[in-house]
Amino acid sequence: MTKNTLLYAVLVAATVAAPFLFPSYTAFLATLWLFIIVALTWDMTGGQMGYNSLGNIFFYGTGMYTGAVIAIGLYFPVGEWTDASRSEVFSVTASQYYTGMIIGIPGAGLFCGLCAFIIGPLFFGLRGPYFAIGTLGLAIAAGEIVSNIEWLGGGQGISMPHSPLHPDFEKVLIYFLYAGLGVVLFGFLRWFYSTRFGAAINAIRDDEEKAEAMGIHTLRYKTITWAISAVFVGMAGAISAFQLIHFEPLETAYQTINLGIFMVVCVLLGGKGTLWGPVIGAVLFHVFKEVTWNYILGGQWVALGLLIVIIVVFFQDGLMGYLKHVRPGWFGIKVDTKGATS
Amino acid sequence: MSAIIDVSGVSKSFGGVKANTDISMTVEEGGITGLIGPNGSGKTTLFNSIVGYHPVDGGSIRFEGQEISKMLVPEIARLGLLRTFQQTRIYGEMNCVENMLISLPHRKLSIWDAFRRNTSEDRERAEHLLDFVGLFEKRWLQASSLSFGQQKLLEFAMALMNEPTVLLLDEPTAGINPTLINGLIDRLRRANTEFSITLFIIEHNMRVIMNMADTIYCLAHGQMLASGKPEEIQDDQRVIDAYLGAH
Repeated sequence: MTKNTLLYAVLVAATVAAPFLFPSYTAFLATLWLFIIVALTWDMTGGQMGYNSLGNIFFYGTGMYTGAVIAIGLYFPVGEWTDASRSEVFSVTASQYYTGMIIGIPGAGLFCGLCAFIIGPLFFGLRGPYFAIGTLGLAIAAGEIVSNIEWLGGGQGISMPHSPLHPDFEKVLIYFLYAGLGVVLFGFLRWFYSTRFGAAINAIRDDEEKAEAMGIHTLRYKTITWAISAVFVGMAGAISAFQLIHFEPLETAYQTINLGIFMVVCVLLGGKGTLWGPVIGAVLFHVFKEVTWNYILGGQWVALGLLIVIIVVFFQDGLMGYLKHVRPGWFGIKVDTKGATS
Repeated sequence: MSAIIDVSGVSKSFGGVKANTDISMTVEEGGITGLIGPNGSGKTTLFNSIVGYHPVDGGSIRFEGQEISKMLVPEIARLGLLRTFQQTRIYGEMNCVENMLISLPHRKLSIWDAFRRNTSEDRERAEHLLDFVGLFEKRWLQASSLSFGQQKLLEFAMALMNEPTVLLLDEPTAGINPTLINGLIDRLRRANTEFSITLFIIEHNMRVIMNMADTIYCLAHGQMLASGKPEEIQDDQRVIDAYLGAH
């Protein structure tokens, strides 16, 4: 226990110190935290509950737009703002900017959680690959619908209020928003997976029919789990909106083939259904992505495709799954003869 | 004793196959009731109808006087009417203790209880029941790594953890090492007497069912062929014919 506490203390200290020690990597580290957040939330349904969603990016995009609408709509008419399509027309004060941020980020999370609550019961009638395709359709449809809503700027996208901060400080602020959310999420999941709720979604993953036959409220658990993951993805989306300053619906907000797939690859790489797997996977994947995107530009998608093929064919259980297989004792899998009476 | 499960006039067909035709029977509270019949005679279909796995075509099923034929599987399970599966079903990637803890009676848990951790009493009970079925040493192993017979024992222990009023067991001794069967019979009896769980058992092993049951029903071709005490069933020419294929 003390060893664990020490490990977490070191990690938190490193998280806080990182943007000051390596200022030129702040943006890189901010994106890393984004990957950790989306990977951890994807694993809640995909790894722990056995529902492989390809549509979690829906909550990311919806979170971006909700964050933007709140941040702008608190002080200005959104339609006129997007019509002008540039924020010079409206001047945003520092206090308006921060108020928009403080209300917009949690607001986006709550709205996305509500969305998951409403669509969950519809989508959880689908199982296995049908659920994956259904949710993918949701994300694609949402992107298309939003790009046709002029009030939200249509296909042009939407510009966020300008930050009153110097860009270098803004970067650090965004980094800490992501990192803070990521640390809260990790702590939450550490507790969540230790409760009966965590065990119930594991049971649904292993055999949903058995879980029903044992009287577990399967739909209730599935919907709440998806809603919780949507809250965190939505908040991450809203932070991204503030980070990007300007974003558009199809390539940035509802980016199904980029972040929507990256989050799945991160989890597969690290190991599904484990607490640390998505975190480790996100780190490995982000480094892989930066290296290939920088050094073999043009071939980066080929390299990514190759990575996915190698994981799926040879390392289906990811790094943590591999360790569990070769070192079961580390995970408490053992024959224990102590205390038996029969 | 009164009837805790009352099935009357239940029919169920799948396409052209009449799996159950006009079945009526009762399970007495506190007893052990057996259900036998040749392969394909509709035993598992009857079980599935009772626990709400599929809608019945006609007839009524009552549990403790309440009509349950229109209810869903989890709702019926939460009433305290539980079943085990012929093809044993456990949660493969979880260890035995976790399998037991998630089998706590969900009718007694509110949504807020779900956000709590299991208490030390829950854990003690889980370990006690694992000990009861002889899986204590293997309790930290992943359930999928157990042998089929052990998984069967685990499923039985999980059912006990759920504190059901009635337990429907679909071939509890199938795939169990013959030397362990006596031990299992003993445990089933103790579940009936010590935990006062009413048992309703599908079984092919005649030695087992004739030893345990107070009342036996025999199905053939989806119809109720005979019912009575084990001795009566054993001597019933129709039952013998059905098993030997005289039909």
